[in-house]
Amino acid sequence: MTTANELTCQELIELVTEYLEGTLSPTERARFDAHLGTCAGCRTWLEQMRRTIRTLGKLTEESIPPESKQELLQLFRNWKKVS
Amino acid sequence: MSTIPAQAKTATEEQWLIESLRNGDEAAFALLLERYQVALTRLARMYVSSREVAEEVAQETWLGVLQGLDRFEGRSSLKTWIFTILINCAKTRGQRESRSIPFSAMWNGDAEPYEPAADPERFLPPDHPETPRHWVSFPNNWDTIPEEYLLAQETRAYIEDAIETLAPNQRAVITLRDVEGWTSSEVCNVLGISETHQRVLLHRARSKVRRALEKYFDGKRPSARTT
Ligand SMILES: [Zn+2]
Repeated sequence: MTTANELTCQELIELVTEYLEGTLSPTERARFDAHLGTCAGCRTWLEQMRRTIRTLGKLTEESIPPESKQELLQLFRNWKKVS
Repeated sequence: MSTIPAQAKTATEEQWLIESLRNGDEAAFALLLERYQVALTRLARMYVSSREVAEEVAQETWLGVLQGLDRFEGRSSLKTWIFTILINCAKTRGQRESRSIPFSAMWNGDAEPYEPAADPERFLPPDHPETPRHWVSFPNNWDTIPEEYLLAQETRAYIEDAIETLAPNQRAVITLRDVEGWTSSEVCNVLGISETHQRVLLHRARSKVRRALEKYFDGKRPSARTT
């Protein structure tokens, strides 16, 4: 039986970002943790979100195209000349 | 002359960079290009119609940076300052192009439509006698998916596509926060939005990328094949 005070799964997943950002109030955080302790589905969900974030953090290996770099360095040289 | 001091990543490095730029040190400028050019064009792209225009905006930004160097007082970080110039250039350019989405609407927190992180059908109805709004069935565990697999070219391309389809404001926030690794206050400063609004946008964006990944993984469960 779910009491009014308990978080439901559907509510929990909307609080994940606030949980990870550390912006939940202590009371909300306690409710969040209490639910996690008893719900494997929500633990999996949270882990999926963490993994999503980790993967996003590894996307940025793209480096500046050489042509753009040359062009912008030229811009710098021109600026130097007039300044 | 232009060697980068080892492990200087803080205010000292910033001062060194600014001094070097003022002295016309090309290596310092090249370092900034390596660091920010890709992110600058990516962000500009959210305000203008094409990649070409985004690159022009980035170029205009660098010129603004160089011309403004003497006026830069270090009240914000160098990075925040550069990106603020970019946003201004991009907005002006976007308005001139008269893009269909007005910026006031794009960044109005109250106008954010509600988008649930998961399909409501994944939960039991609110009037369920025992466990209302609980999972109908649990999400799949990703523990069996190796980390290398997440980083494979194909997965990356898939995630890039998912980011591409986000609303521009969600795309901006997730790109800066999760891809570029900015702090929330840096993002709020540069985009001129509140912490709360930033969090809403981040939450929606992450939830959608998660959903895309789930769809992708479920389509090719490793358990189906043992290789
Ligand atoms: Zn749950």
